[in-house]
Amino acid sequence: MVDTSTQIASLQLKNPTMLASGIMDEDAGSIQRIIESGAGAIVTKSIGLEPREGHPNPTLIELDHGVLNAMGLPNSGITNYGEELKALQRAKIPLIGSIYGANAQEFTKLSQQMADYGVDAVELNLSCPHVKGYGVEIGCDPNLIKKIVSQVKTTVDIPVFVKLSPNVTDIVELAKVAEAAKADGIVAINTVKAMKIDLEVKMPILANKMGGYSGKAIKPIGVRCVYEIAEHVKIPIIGVGGITTGEDAIEYFMAGASAVQIGTGVYYRGSDVFKTICHEIEQWMKGHNYKTLAELIGVAQT
Amino acid sequence: MNLPRITTILKSTRETQDIKTVTFKYPGDVEPGQFFMIWIPGVDEIPMSVSYLYEDIRGVTFRKVGAATAALYNLKPGEKIGVRGPYGNGFTIEGKHILFVGGGTGIATLVPAIEQALTKGITSTVVMGVKKRRELFFDERVTNSGAVVYVSTDDGSLGSKGFASALAKELIRDNTFTSVLTCGPETMMKSLLDMCEHIPFQASLERYIKCSIGICGQCCIGKGLRVCKDGPVFDGKTLKNAKDFGVYRRDSAGRKVRF
Repeated sequence: MVDTSTQIASLQLKNPTMLASGIMDEDAGSIQRIIESGAGAIVTKSIGLEPREGHPNPTLIELDHGVLNAMGLPNSGITNYGEELKALQRAKIPLIGSIYGANAQEFTKLSQQMADYGVDAVELNLSCPHVKGYGVEIGCDPNLIKKIVSQVKTTVDIPVFVKLSPNVTDIVELAKVAEAAKADGIVAINTVKAMKIDLEVKMPILANKMGGYSGKAIKPIGVRCVYEIAEHVKIPIIGVGGITTGEDAIEYFMAGASAVQIGTGVYYRGSDVFKTICHEIEQWMKGHNYKTLAELIGVAQT
Repeated sequence: MNLPRITTILKSTRETQDIKTVTFKYPGDVEPGQFFMIWIPGVDEIPMSVSYLYEDIRGVTFRKVGAATAALYNLKPGEKIGVRGPYGNGFTIEGKHILFVGGGTGIATLVPAIEQALTKGITSTVVMGVKKRRELFFDERVTNSGAVVYVSTDDGSLGSKGFASALAKELIRDNTFTSVLTCGPETMMKSLLDMCEHIPFQASLERYIKCSIGICGQCCIGKGLRVCKDGPVFDGKTLKNAKDFGVYRRDSAGRKVRF
């Protein structure tokens, strides 16, 4: 038997696969389905103070080696979303509330409400690449990250994770700032800012023009970011970006991730992807004589 | 690959005062009940069930209700649209005698299924429900295909006065149908489902669809059933367990909107 349980701050995960924010997590029913598909933890859709419709379609297209989206942070707002979380009160795995805001005050309010709803941790979306005034527009400024993280930390007692963007000059610098501000974990990476132009109509296909690239193509970028961050911070790292197979997850563990998030993988391999990847992780560990996941984390670091 | 393929509009046909059918060339197999994502460049991309299937020509039929449908309505033959799909599961067309119940533009979704049923030698009875006489469309096409057609109008200007579901109720009472296939307003489909305790039932649902490939979660009903991928056609058993069926849908922000 191999032990694939993992710990991230105070969260105990029965397995290291988490649902990434923005995938099948708009309502309680979808999240329930993903829980039953074997995920070790759930991250909710990114929720803001007010309802938000998101960008017009096309919001998502598939490219040769990945998926390009500009959903535009659609969500029903923190008040409505409480109803969904209430329906999940008896979930047996950790629920992590993802939130986005324009400033520290908004993040603080949202984290407080998420905590009141009973989530086990919050994930600060400081990395969405396709909405003006939010996400990476804030998450590329070390001073703002410091302010947001430290204010949220003084507001809630649950773990606070910071999701960072690869669309910055130095992701390590930002991870260090988050750690110094007492973040409990780093989530890396969000999607990579990208564009697709249609040759016949001579315009970007996404209504928002710019989108975030996810899926297989971005895995090497994610692995690199996790590796670099792990060299410089001590708090746990949750790896995300292009994880489709057990071996992809192993690569992230070796780079230094304590858990992984899966998003686009739900498209490539269906909603049972969590079970499937867990099985593949176990098989790999058996085949390579690893008994616990902990032995694997960061082994590529020298 | 799930990105729009540019094609040109072959024909744009007015069916009623505000309903049109647009046809275009698009390769690949399509099942009745499946849908395309139709991109009107610079405007929007919207899901539309296939309403016309002939060799490599496909068509969609829609009512002008918003910016996207208005833009598509005004496009002329030769102008470009983007198409991706087909998506979803389509109807299962089998048995001896199928009752089709279409309400409003839902009729357009059913017509290719009716035509396929008749090709397979399945007796087909069709209820077409519209608000008033001048909103009726595809009645000739369905009659010519060999189906027995009944019409209901809310105001009684043609056929039976009242809802299609009331007319269907009488037909279900007086006939033995091997299945009931429906598309139209969800409250209509919900009352039909309640009548079909012992008859296999399939309904095609409409939801706000964004990604169309089953990941964004926008169109989910029940316990994570994706209308774009697990549907849009669901059987009666599944719908009985989906507590939101006939009760609410979700808007673009994910807020519940009651029917």
